[in-house]
Amino acid sequence: MSSTPGADAILEAFQEVPVNHRLELLLEFSESLPELPSRYQEHPELLERVEECQSPVYLFVELATDQTVNVFLTAPDEAPTTKGFASLLHSSLDGETATSVLSFDESFVDKLGLTDLVSQLRIRGLHGMLARIKRQVREKLI
Amino acid sequence: MSYPIESNSEFSGYAHPEALVSTQWVEENLGNEGLVIVECDEDILLYSTGHIAGAVKIDWHTELNHHDNRDYIDGEAFAALLSSKGINREDTIVLYGDKSNWWATYAMWVFKLFGHADIRIMNGGRAKWIEEGRALTKEVVERPATNYPVVERDDSTIRAFKDDIFSHFGKPMIDVRSPAEYTGEKLHMPDYPNEGASRGGHIPTARSVPWGKAVREDQTFKSVEELNQIYRVDAGISDASDVIAYCRIGERSSHTWFVLTYLLGIPKVRNYDGSWTEWGSSVRVPIVKGEEPGAVPVSF
Repeated sequence: MSSTPGADAILEAFQEVPVNHRLELLLEFSESLPELPSRYQEHPELLERVEECQSPVYLFVELATDQTVNVFLTAPDEAPTTKGFASLLHSSLDGETATSVLSFDESFVDKLGLTDLVSQLRIRGLHGMLARIKRQVREKLI
Repeated sequence: MSYPIESNSEFSGYAHPEALVSTQWVEENLGNEGLVIVECDEDILLYSTGHIAGAVKIDWHTELNHHDNRDYIDGEAFAALLSSKGINREDTIVLYGDKSNWWATYAMWVFKLFGHADIRIMNGGRAKWIEEGRALTKEVVERPATNYPVVERDDSTIRAFKDDIFSHFGKPMIDVRSPAEYTGEKLHMPDYPNEGASRGGHIPTARSVPWGKAVREDQTFKSVEELNQIYRVDAGISDASDVIAYCRIGERSSHTWFVLTYLLGIPKVRNYDGSWTEWGSSVRVPIVKGEEPGAVPVSF
């Protein structure tokens, strides 16, 4: 299991602020999740629903011939926590290689220090997003 | 009641119209002495993205739940919480939130465990306020701290525990979850979260009345005639009933508790907050799968 430069930067940022500021940081991430490119906005059927999330979260993973992974995620504005989680994964994994995504350490989720602040179901949603990203990468490698 | 009640013909049929206010009324009364607007959402960040001017936030997860025990905070912690939010015991509280006011009614139910007298729900919640183009602000709200008294929590009137269920068999019980959760089908769907319970199904004898039947598309509550049909006629609940409602962790059933208690005036309604995450994981308690409520268990 390994990390990525994006994930390391996120963990550093979360761990250096006091607990009550971690939510503000998550809110900032939720605001910086990139919009879906038009090819997915026009074809929502291509996206996979993350059933582990209470809110409608969808994702799609592209694998380039050089094994670079691009991750696309969308979550509603009314669910900023979920959207923030999607943004954390996007910043951690987008542009990484397939190998690095597949070996990405899931304890990243727990190391954020949000487990006391956010309900278990949301944490499970974050795990769900990560598991589905990895599964899509594995399927595309075959 | 310390603050004037909204005079609104839409509410007049309800048993306790004083427990409901409209978005319009809230906008007209913003900033008035004796009235505190409180937002309670499922999403802990939603308030920070914009809220009604002057509204304070209550987080159900980090502020109302006990940190260690699976229980609510005690009287001392509740007093400290409300004092820190600038709420007096005599204040009128108007609650609103996301998800059709699930968490607003949940917060109301918890506040009622501590006997706060005047609490009203903003009909339609956050979604309706936004839909109507009313203003939200990110401005940080600072209310001077108050000295809210320590009142011990009363779990005996509107809260039901697992043991209460055993003695309740034979009396009305409603499961307000989705039909798929009620039948037990949902735990068997691939890749679906199991909602924190180890078995799928429902409590024997509980009837399925999903919470959402009580609201219109715009999240406001249905008319008293429609609600009477759903709960009194179809579900067989009467004023004489001793009713227990439950869901997954008690939030959706708080919504139904509000409807039964304040809109229909059923005197004895309890919310089983342990709900399915407790019942569906407990050892040697009977459950029923499928669409039928099931019979009173012979032994348990």
